Amino acid sequence: MSAETADALAAAGASQDDDRARVERAAREVLAGIDPATATTAEFLGACYDAGLAWVHFPVGFGGLGVPAGLQAVADAILAAGGRPDPFLNNPIGVGMAGPTLHGHADEQLRARLLRPLYTGENMWAQLFSEPGAGSDLAGLSTRAVRDGDGWVVDGQKVWTSLAHLASWALLLARTDPDLPKHRGLTYFIVDMHAPGVEVRPLRQATGQAEFNEVYLTGVRVPDAHRLGDVGQGWNVAMTTLMNERSAIGDSALDRGSGTIADALGLWRDRPDLHTPALRLRLAGLWTQAEAHRLTGERARVARTAGPPGPEASIGKLVGAELNQKIYDFCMDMLGPEGTLYDSYDDPADSLQRRFLRARANTIEGGTSQILRNVLGERVLRLPGDVRVDTGKPWRDVPRG
Amino acid sequence: MSSEFAWSAEQVELRRTVRAFAAEVSPQEEVRRLMASPLGHDPAVWSRLGEELGVLGLAADEEYGGAGDGLVSQAVVIEELGRALVCGPLLGSVILGATALGGLSDKAARAELLPGLVAGRTSAALAAPLHRGGFDPAAVTVTATARHSATSPGGTTSPGGTTSPGGTETTGHTLRGSVAHVLDGAAADLLLVAAAIGGTDGGEDGDGDTVGLFAVSADATGLVRESTPTMDLTRRQATVSFNDAPARLLAAAPEAATVLATTAETAAVLLAAEQIGAAQYLLDLSVEYARTRLQFGRPIGSFQAVKHLCADMLVLVEQARSVAYHGAWALDEGTDDPRIAASLAQSVCSTAFTQVAAMAVQVHGGIGFTWEHPAHLYLKRAYTDAALLGSAEAHQERLAQLVLDDAGGL
Repeated sequence: MSAETADALAAAGASQDDDRARVERAAREVLAGIDPATATTAEFLGACYDAGLAWVHFPVGFGGLGVPAGLQAVADAILAAGGRPDPFLNNPIGVGMAGPTLHGHADEQLRARLLRPLYTGENMWAQLFSEPGAGSDLAGLSTRAVRDGDGWVVDGQKVWTSLAHLASWALLLARTDPDLPKHRGLTYFIVDMHAPGVEVRPLRQATGQAEFNEVYLTGVRVPDAHRLGDVGQGWNVAMTTLMNERSAIGDSALDRGSGTIADALGLWRDRPDLHTPALRLRLAGLWTQAEAHRLTGERARVARTAGPPGPEASIGKLVGAELNQKIYDFCMDMLGPEGTLYDSYDDPADSLQRRFLRARANTIEGGTSQILRNVLGERVLRLPGDVRVDTGKPWRDVPRG
Repeated sequence: MSSEFAWSAEQVELRRTVRAFAAEVSPQEEVRRLMASPLGHDPAVWSRLGEELGVLGLAADEEYGGAGDGLVSQAVVIEELGRALVCGPLLGSVILGATALGGLSDKAARAELLPGLVAGRTSAALAAPLHRGGFDPAAVTVTATARHSATSPGGTTSPGGTTSPGGTETTGHTLRGSVAHVLDGAAADLLLVAAAIGGTDGGEDGDGDTVGLFAVSADATGLVRESTPTMDLTRRQATVSFNDAPARLLAAAPEAATVLATTAETAAVLLAAEQIGAAQYLLDLSVEYARTRLQFGRPIGSFQAVKHLCADMLVLVEQARSVAYHGAWALDEGTDDPRIAASLAQSVCSTAFTQVAAMAVQVHGGIGFTWEHPAHLYLKRAYTDAALLGSAEAHQERLAQLVLDDAGGL
């Protein structure tokens, strides 16, 4: 190693140490200045934002300190230990997806206006992506945004929108040019959920609950200033959002026997009257699969700190979803006739039966298992894509239904 | 202490070195030549692995010629040897023999017997019932009888002998009985044998409190070895019979049962490494074929039915890799119950390798069922590996006992 290289490396190391010290100092100053036990969530998270600890890699003045993103963990560890409420749980779509998307694609004015109340949870966010006619094939969506003077008029229907009834703002992907092939005719906007023409209806699901909503957009006016990225670049902007959706999942280590397998183990422990030898071996098999899943997640977590994510990072969602279903299938089979009871479809209690029903959605939401196998096959194993009948065709000529 | 799943630069380099060496010495034509040969492997290559590369004893202590690096490094080597189906007494001599010897409290025996195995100059085989997913004392089929002579006037004790309180001296043992499925047993220079001490009544209560571990040399009188034809031609087995064969006691009861139980756990983890190496090879082979094989005018990998088969193989291999190396790290660092870590490794990796092997044949279609194609060599290795140290079900049963029946496991 040359002396210059050594010096450069030493300088980089030193500046990393400086950054870390800066993050640590800022986090301690926040805790010294405001007590999370007496402050409201919004007050405390506002103080974190002002100190640049919301997303440490964002610029100063926009919730960050302009330091490497890896140092977020340093801030989070200190603040969480000091009693900070979890900003992600407080506003999951806002903090997990909208923040990074705004950071990457919104102008300074929008970022200055929106990021702070987003981080504090004063403005909840939702995501208007999926549609009744565009699930796995998101890029085929039909909601139209039509130019009208200095703004756009949006018409369409979105579905599976969590938190839409609470949200002030939403991320919207809409079609601005139906004559282009599907990916190229999309544009990305943010929408004021209180604007005229936005109607939110709860969407009742098989469990009887309504975790999600349908959102009807009828003549909704969106100013052009609320467009993120260029016209026709919506798909690229959406990739920022979706990549952050994936990386928001599974950053912490799990203990053995935690997660959904805990439900099956708990049932086994609590109900010796229902034990059979066949169920015992089946549960041992599920426990083994849960361990393989947990250890693979742990391996992915360790690998991420050392470099780009490897294939082990891509399989967690697929395996976890299918395992959840097997675990709750087991619980139902163990419960036998008891499992056929359901307390109420109007306001169902959090029972194993409800979790069993809810698990059916696990292999659909966030990418169906079939799509995920395509992703593994094409992006990880580099197998050729399937023959497509919509490639290069104007969106309006592609059959839909 | 290294943190789990954080491979060192040395381990990354080790993988590269062994993979390159295996590619050089063990191309498929060579595997096929050796599997048809009487011995089944090339002793020159085996000794190069031991002495030139020094990778047969990475887990053994340095004073016996090993590297003292631990099981993670040894697993990396075994994974790469498994990937290329390198022929040699890997399972008998390294995974079982050296592990058992390394666990002995008898330093003199370790010093005498281990260095040869580590260097690849000699080989060992272990005749002990490990096929139920752990050491099973009740299944020991050999009995050991002490040979006595009157204590000599000077009170000296012959080498390796012990003095019994009755005033007679135990000068050694003789073994009687027969053991089937002794891996790499026909050509081994040294046989390590689990035997019930004290004649026919030993070992029947099944708790191992009468089982000893013995060494029998290849030229011992009364030793008869019969090579048994195997489905997997790259992994040899023998039926070994002892007709009053003289034997040296390496570990008495109750130490022997403990050594053998630990050997079973370590071997479960190391065999898991071989399983993932071979499974990864089949995945790579299948993906390459799915990319290039054309039917209906396009690569078969573009069909989702084939693509999803490959995706499922990837999932199986990645999960197997996680539990195999968790096992190696856990046994090295003491971070998990070794019984759980070992049974997890064998249960998951046996299932993964056999499924991946079957799927690999399916992806290849007709060509994958031909003698010329390598798929059947791996398929046979997969089912053999899955059976030898406890089936996936046997390990599931152990896990059920440890995790479900013992309340502490929850």
